[in-house]
Amino acid sequence: MESISILDVTQDARRNIEICNSCRYCEGFCAVFPAIESRRSFDRETIQYLSNLCHNCTGCYHACQYTTPHVFDMNVPQALTKVRQESYEEYVWPKALGKVFRKNGTVISMITALAFSLVMLCGLLYADAGSLFSVQQGPGAFYRIIPHGIMAGIAGIIFLFDILAIGLGVRNFWRAIGGRVSYLTNRDAMRSALHDAMTLKHLGSDGSGCNDEDSTFSNRRRRYHHLMMYGFLLCFAATSVATIYDYVFGWVAPYALTSLPVILGTAGGVGIIIGTAGLSWVKLRMHDGPSWKAVLGMDYAFLSLLFWVSLTGLVLLGLRDTSAMGVLLIVHLGVVAALFAVLPFSKFIHIFFRLGALLKYHNEK
Amino acid sequence: MDRKDYKTGDALFSDVLVIGGGNAALCAAISAADAGCNVLMVEHAPKSLRGGNSQHTRNFRCMHEGPKGILAGDYTEEEYFEDLMRVTAGKTDPELARMTIRRSYDAYDWMTANGVRFQPSLGGTLSLSRTNAFFLGGGKALVNAYYNTAERKGVRIVYDAQAIELDIEAGEFKSAVVLCKGIRHEVHAKRLVVASGGFESNLEWLEEAWGPSARNFLIRGTQFNQGLMIKEFMRHRASIIGEPDQCHAVAIDGRAPKYDGGIVTRLDCVSFGIVVDKYCRRFYDEGEDFWPKRYAIWGRLIAQQPDQVGYVIIDSKAINDFMPSVFPPLEADSVEELATKLKLDPSALKQTITTFNAAIGDTPFDKDVLDGCGTTGLDVDKTNWARRIDTPPYYGYTLAPGITFTYMGVKVTDKAQVIFEETGPSNTIFAAGEIMAGNILGQGYLAGFGMAIGTVFGITAGQEAANGIH
Repeated sequence: MESISILDVTQDARRNIEICNSCRYCEGFCAVFPAIESRRSFDRETIQYLSNLCHNCTGCYHACQYTTPHVFDMNVPQALTKVRQESYEEYVWPKALGKVFRKNGTVISMITALAFSLVMLCGLLYADAGSLFSVQQGPGAFYRIIPHGIMAGIAGIIFLFDILAIGLGVRNFWRAIGGRVSYLTNRDAMRSALHDAMTLKHLGSDGSGCNDEDSTFSNRRRRYHHLMMYGFLLCFAATSVATIYDYVFGWVAPYALTSLPVILGTAGGVGIIIGTAGLSWVKLRMHDGPSWKAVLGMDYAFLSLLFWVSLTGLVLLGLRDTSAMGVLLIVHLGVVAALFAVLPFSKFIHIFFRLGALLKYHNEK
Repeated sequence: MDRKDYKTGDALFSDVLVIGGGNAALCAAISAADAGCNVLMVEHAPKSLRGGNSQHTRNFRCMHEGPKGILAGDYTEEEYFEDLMRVTAGKTDPELARMTIRRSYDAYDWMTANGVRFQPSLGGTLSLSRTNAFFLGGGKALVNAYYNTAERKGVRIVYDAQAIELDIEAGEFKSAVVLCKGIRHEVHAKRLVVASGGFESNLEWLEEAWGPSARNFLIRGTQFNQGLMIKEFMRHRASIIGEPDQCHAVAIDGRAPKYDGGIVTRLDCVSFGIVVDKYCRRFYDEGEDFWPKRYAIWGRLIAQQPDQVGYVIIDSKAINDFMPSVFPPLEADSVEELATKLKLDPSALKQTITTFNAAIGDTPFDKDVLDGCGTTGLDVDKTNWARRIDTPPYYGYTLAPGITFTYMGVKVTDKAQVIFEETGPSNTIFAAGEIMAGNILGQGYLAGFGMAIGTVFGITAGQEAANGIH
């Protein structure tokens, strides 16, 4: 069945972009507009590239003289959000799982429940009721609930799958948008792309911030995202350090409150909790015009997972010397397993799609 | 707390009433609020369409001696004034003009302080990078910033509120009648600032001035500039400047919406092709000068053609030589087919193009200079950028007159006071923006100058209105 062009998501984005290209008032907002202006025609892959270059700051929506009720009904952030969503679906690996992005909130909830149940099952199978509900302390306390081999094995398998799936998915996207090998070795462009990503330049890192609730500008989205992102990186560092402790030095967890993994993890966890809660709050308040509610499921699912991973981690830390530790460990590991199980099919992949788009932008500038 | 129980249609009270909701009105409201006044602003448009023509603007012409913000080099008062004299052919009030030019310098900082953000000049507008400060996001972003600032400073803003009557005695303000969402309210205020724009959206009035051809005009800006306040000023015998048939008209894409087509409906390809009327006759030198210097005369030219329509024809050699257009051109593999698509007579168009092609000499084409690549021996010769239209696909656009603004308005003093015929300058009634811009820009057009007048006179009107209240 032939679809109708004017109902097609990509075509609507193209129509928006073509109007932008003959207006250009928003040129200074972000990278999307200079990228548009360097072209006269826009194929599907270019629009997918632009959609991932867009950080949804919504500045161009509020500044646009052609938003509804104007007959042009311009809405660049929303049009690009729809295309971006489709690009995840199209390039994710394995491709057959692309549709999980359509009902992402539901799918992630179900996978979370499943992962959670499996971890619970492990706990029940491998820990005897005595140690599960009693105080466990000293080196190896965690592994008396879930044995080291099982924990490391499952985590390792999931982690390797994540790397494979995300790597192949991002490669699909990179090839489609015309990314080249030479782009990856251009150090200046790489530095600029990473700088833009790490400072969230396109959410107003010059201090001006971006729009969320209305046409006023605020830095809260960028700040909450920073707390979450750098919190996540700290937690990742904590896990990496702990892995080295375990496998290189043979120091067995749990580690002291003053140890590096605990300090990094605690700081990161607090950052994630504040960041994800803040972002959820900001998303609730987003202006109805440019936001597209269908993606909120994906956004909230991922934010919630991160939030619960951090919260359960911190509660576990606080209560690890009590008899609640066993249950808390299972809960925490359940959420962690769920987070990593869904990683390639969650909002997480926006990191790499956006980075890829930024890298292309800085190479072609 | 003692709360008043309001009734529908209650009279409204404030120190300063600002009629209008665009740049000049906002500048007046903010500066009056800065001076400690209680300000009520009535905007005819609903919130989603607020800001008048200012939402379609993109820059502000600013005097500066030395680098200023995003503006490099300098743009002196003399150079600015000469530019103005050139476009208006002297039709200006030199004192008001110089005052506007001088104050545009401080206005830049005032704008920044009130939330306006600037960006370097846009791609394709390099010629303006020294003289004009571009708004980041364009005029609607500027308008949004001012509305947010005005609200923060306590200005009370009512949307969907059309001022329809002014009660003026001996040149002084008594009250106004405002329809708020259709309900009639009297508004009492100590001072009145009228910044309600021109009358270019009032189709009946345009028709009175232009005859039936005005029905085919498109309005590039807001539908809310109905000119009711100009009519009220006429009724109360304020000094009126300009004539009703004076307007700034450019040739735009004939498929543009009736209102608010704004910047994207412009077509920059006229100088690279030919323009014919509905009988396939050329009628004016398309290559007289660079398009930015000529587009303003083409509105009037098209308005003078039968059915107020023109057709620009180019071939594939020219399609990438101009800014992308918002509506795709009609495209055909032969001139005849293109004529049919444009509803023109195929043989007549073929004849015009054949004659045109045959009249072109062999001077090389160069779009970046006045290349002298022209025709000879035609009734209407094209003097530059004449290339044979012979390489399919051929492209065609329809052209219509697009009205940007009108020049007629009220005469004002350097304090933005409205001048009445019998009583002279008013102490209580001020005007700013398009309704008084004709004092300074009596004819022609200078990019970003309307915003300079609106900003300078808006700020002045707000300050002067506030004077003497407290």
